[in-house]
Amino acid sequence: MTISASIKRRLKYYDLDLSFTCATNKMMVMIGPSGGGKTTIIRMLAGLEKPDEGQVIFGDEVWFDSERRINITPQKRRLGYVFQDYNLFPHLNLLDNAAFAAVEKKEVDDLFELLKISHLKKRRPHMVSGGERQRCAICQALARHPRLLLLDEPFSALDVVTRRGLREELKSLKGRLSCPIIYVTHDIHEALFLADEILPVVDGKIDRGWMQRTITREPGEAVQAKGAREPRLSLVY
Amino acid sequence: MDYLALYVTLKLAFVTTVFLMVIAAPIAYLLAYYHFPGKSLLEALVYLPMALPPTVIGFYLIIVMSPKGFVGQVWGSLTGGSLLFTFLGITIASIIYSIPFAVQPMKAAFSKIDRRLLENAHILGLSKRAAFLRVIIPNSVAGIAAAAVLVFLHSIGAFGVLLMVGGSIPGETKVASIAIYEAVETMNYSAAGMLALSFIPISYAFLLLINKLNRDSLS
Repeated sequence: MTISASIKRRLKYYDLDLSFTCATNKMMVMIGPSGGGKTTIIRMLAGLEKPDEGQVIFGDEVWFDSERRINITPQKRRLGYVFQDYNLFPHLNLLDNAAFAAVEKKEVDDLFELLKISHLKKRRPHMVSGGERQRCAICQALARHPRLLLLDEPFSALDVVTRRGLREELKSLKGRLSCPIIYVTHDIHEALFLADEILPVVDGKIDRGWMQRTITREPGEAVQAKGAREPRLSLVY
Repeated sequence: MDYLALYVTLKLAFVTTVFLMVIAAPIAYLLAYYHFPGKSLLEALVYLPMALPPTVIGFYLIIVMSPKGFVGQVWGSLTGGSLLFTFLGITIASIIYSIPFAVQPMKAAFSKIDRRLLENAHILGLSKRAAFLRVIIPNSVAGIAAAAVLVFLHSIGAFGVLLMVGGSIPGETKVASIAIYEAVETMNYSAAGMLALSFIPISYAFLLLINKLNRDSLS
């Protein structure tokens, strides 16, 4: 299955206008400076927000079409979405969180094994570390057998060492999944490590030259400098 | 001591609390999560009983619940009886009188839940109703409990509105607050004193419970 989107949306400081495609088993990394519209794009794919114009097509299903007035609800898109935080329900322990929408409850045990959190099944989210919470969030998303996996800066709130570990695990996990994966980050190192394809998004548009400009740090405009600072720091590790 | 009046008071407070929790939850949900034209008008209407003198509420309830009033007529044609001067009548009065105290804390508890949790519930396939039952309610337990305690306390303290709608029929509508008033009227200070004294530990214990619930919901 392939996800393809062509979306336009008028935002406060700029207009979002881009199209892209991502195929099964591929990880597309959406990168760019903060506030560039990456999260908005992901939310549109998930059905949490509506583009002003355009289409979102998954395989032969139309998820959104402004002209035909089609907008499938998030419930029916059957996708996995891991946020930076707030995936887990505070009133449930990790096992119940992961099993929340699981297709097969038995599978959750295997996922916990795979992501090395089997010993934390009975803990509540506030009793485990940020990295363990994100592992559980990934379990929760995968247990639903998503047809598309959206990861919106899933490791940004974690310390560098934990982030590197999880990044590597995610890369090895990728082979086991048979769906398109879209990963959002502003970290160039993460993007280069994970991506099958990189989609730089700057102010709502695809800007293929952004990576190059940021890494080589050509004297640029304020916008580029804003994006360049943090990724450069992470290159040290 | 007038145990019967105390019993009617506690029964009324209990029934009011149970019904109000069910009635107030959808109203609080609507006010917490939806924007629609006239929302502030609706919200003010829900909170109006808090701002009106109980006798004013009682007066209008008499008007609608009397055999000639709209509700009284419907009730009369269905059952042949009257709503005024019955336990059911004062229960309805008590529910309307306490509705703001149920809706307000519930709305606050619902609003506090992070939107992203609800979005995640939708992404995981839950309908709005399922998300309400499986995510919002379990994460608002402290707020709902606080609402229940407030309603219970407010109901045992009701006086004017109940007196107007229910009068003072022993075992039916004569609640403890009315019994105290009547005892004082007839100069029976010892009977009034015993009943009055019995309120203090009940109310005090419930207030301590509210404090604990508020502390728990903050942590």
